[in-house]
Amino acid sequence: MRGFIRPFLLACALAGPAAAQAQAQAQQQAQQQRVSGTLAQRLAACASCHGSATAPPAAVGSGSERQYYPRIAGKPAGYLYNQLSNFREGRRQYPLMTWMVQHLSDDYLREIADYFSAQHLPAPVLDRASLPAAELERGRLLVIRGDTALKVPACIACHGERLTGALPAIPGLVGLPRDYINAQFGAWRNGSRHALAPDCMGSIASRLSLADVSAISAWLASEPLPADPSPAPSLSRPLPLACGSAPEPKP
Amino acid sequence: MKRRILIALGVVLVLAIAAALLAWPRAEYIPSRSPQAWAPEAGNIARGAYLARAGDCAACHTVRGGAAYAGGRAVDTPFGRVMAPNITPDRETGIGAWSADDFWNALHNGIAPGGRLLYPAFPYPNYTKVTRDDADALFAYLRSLPPQRNARQPHALRAPYGSQAALAAWRLLYFKPGVFTPEPARGADWNRGAYLVDGLGHCSACHSPRNGLGASGEGLHGGLIPVLGWYAPSLASNDPHLAQLLRSGVSPRGAVFGPMAEVVGQSLQHLSDGDIGAMSVYLTSLPADGAERAPAEPPPEALMRLGGRLYGQHCADCHGKDGRGAAGEDGGPAWPALAGNRTLHLANPVNAIRIVLNGGFAPSTAGNPRPYGMPPYSPVLNDAEVAAVVSYARASWGNAARMVTPAEVNGYRAVPLD
Repeated sequence: MRGFIRPFLLACALAGPAAAQAQAQAQQQAQQQRVSGTLAQRLAACASCHGSATAPPAAVGSGSERQYYPRIAGKPAGYLYNQLSNFREGRRQYPLMTWMVQHLSDDYLREIADYFSAQHLPAPVLDRASLPAAELERGRLLVIRGDTALKVPACIACHGERLTGALPAIPGLVGLPRDYINAQFGAWRNGSRHALAPDCMGSIASRLSLADVSAISAWLASEPLPADPSPAPSLSRPLPLACGSAPEPKP
Repeated sequence: MKRRILIALGVVLVLAIAAALLAWPRAEYIPSRSPQAWAPEAGNIARGAYLARAGDCAACHTVRGGAAYAGGRAVDTPFGRVMAPNITPDRETGIGAWSADDFWNALHNGIAPGGRLLYPAFPYPNYTKVTRDDADALFAYLRSLPPQRNARQPHALRAPYGSQAALAAWRLLYFKPGVFTPEPARGADWNRGAYLVDGLGHCSACHSPRNGLGASGEGLHGGLIPVLGWYAPSLASNDPHLAQLLRSGVSPRGAVFGPMAEVVGQSLQHLSDGDIGAMSVYLTSLPADGAERAPAEPPPEALMRLGGRLYGQHCADCHGKDGRGAAGEDGGPAWPALAGNRTLHLANPVNAIRIVLNGGFAPSTAGNPRPYGMPPYSPVLNDAEVAAVVSYARASWGNAARMVTPAEVNGYRAVPLD
């Protein structure tokens, strides 16, 4: 008898929790809330740093005011898609971004890019009064006119008169945190940010001194978004230098 | 007296040598069915491409954004760094000069042309189970790829692990070549599943504990993946949705994440329904192990209060106040339930900690093309906060796993993500 009871009790002990668990799970599924599966719901992960209609972009570190994460809302979809795929393929290096997108399909990345390109968020603007006037003036000149001696074209030559970018794939430059702009020039200079070849911004970054980078970021980060923040509908061709992300149309 | 000792020592030495010779992992040669088996024709190439997916060869032999199978990815192990070689048919830097027998010898015996022993980071203790016919199809496929010139980078292994003598000793202890032998009593599906799981799939490379010398144990009872810092749970399964999880990356019980997201994204989603079904048959037949579910002491009240507050603030919008998660309008999985969630039950809390720290997306698959994402909380929550919210989720809604400490969380902040 004992020979029978012990294995029987053991079997009950093993089967009990499993059966109870399966039942609990079935019940739980029946009571689950339903979601409609909008992109806002699917992409909550992106909004947690880059901001959403209801919450501004996150500051860096808990309790900090310092902004780093770039605003992606309203940037041209072609630019956003290029960056998502650059992270996935290792042309841009920011481990957390690569981590997020590494297993997502091209189709989904395009959908994500379209979604954020149609968003509109207020942008952080740095207080100009706190910045040295000489540095701001040097920055303004580089942005508006460029520097022929350095072979650096004006930012507005590609990024648009209003600096809001141009369709389909040139990003806007206003509304970005200063630390983020500085970090991108650093990444181009040390080779950890690449675009499709020829990498025009890589070439430009290598021609600028650190003082000039700082001047550019000071002026850009303190320039408010224009009344119409949408990208220019097209580029003025030809570009001052060849860019793999915005190739000249084939004749 | 002295002579007797010498004789005794001599006998021991002879016995030891005999034992080593008997146990020596002899290379095993099985000839090709015919040269047709690896001929460069469409049928062989397509079958080889499928098998390369099943073996997830690209996981190591393709670098992020690089040419397929041209090698160069670094595999970090507790013994140092192993560099995956180029397996495209370039004659000088790839396997272009290899014969079908050479390829078999590498896959089945772990020996490169010229007799060099290969490091078991290349999972030949699993691949040895692959049939000669499948090895030949793989060879036909790899030979069909565009050759890429990409010289092999040197490994960076610590002494003595880098030496051929150490490898020979390791093989003596842990490796015996042998093709998978079916168990007729178990049926065709079970055998096909076992062949894929234990052979090409090399699931035991992560899902078995490894010993101090890096050898995977028997069985698939779960193990900590060294260096990567994830816990690969036991594959013994009673999950009726297992095939759905393997194929699409999500099921009503949860989603794949971490290294398994890569396995589903690159390998499993491309396998046939038949093969995924066979793997599920095999995995659900494995004997269950109850070790993961022993209820633990509940965390202190103050920790539960902090965890509950943070949960309400950061998690409840998606996972629900009651941890039930959410389903899509079609009833398909959306935000995973945390009540009864297996990842939270595991005695080892690493996966839950890392999901909170790093967030992430399940892979895009045919069954789940637009996955939901989890935000990364490493920039937002400090170690004590992560510990509190993970402890809370592990001890709520019927979950009863032990609490997590801030020190445990801190250890996983620095694990490289890429």
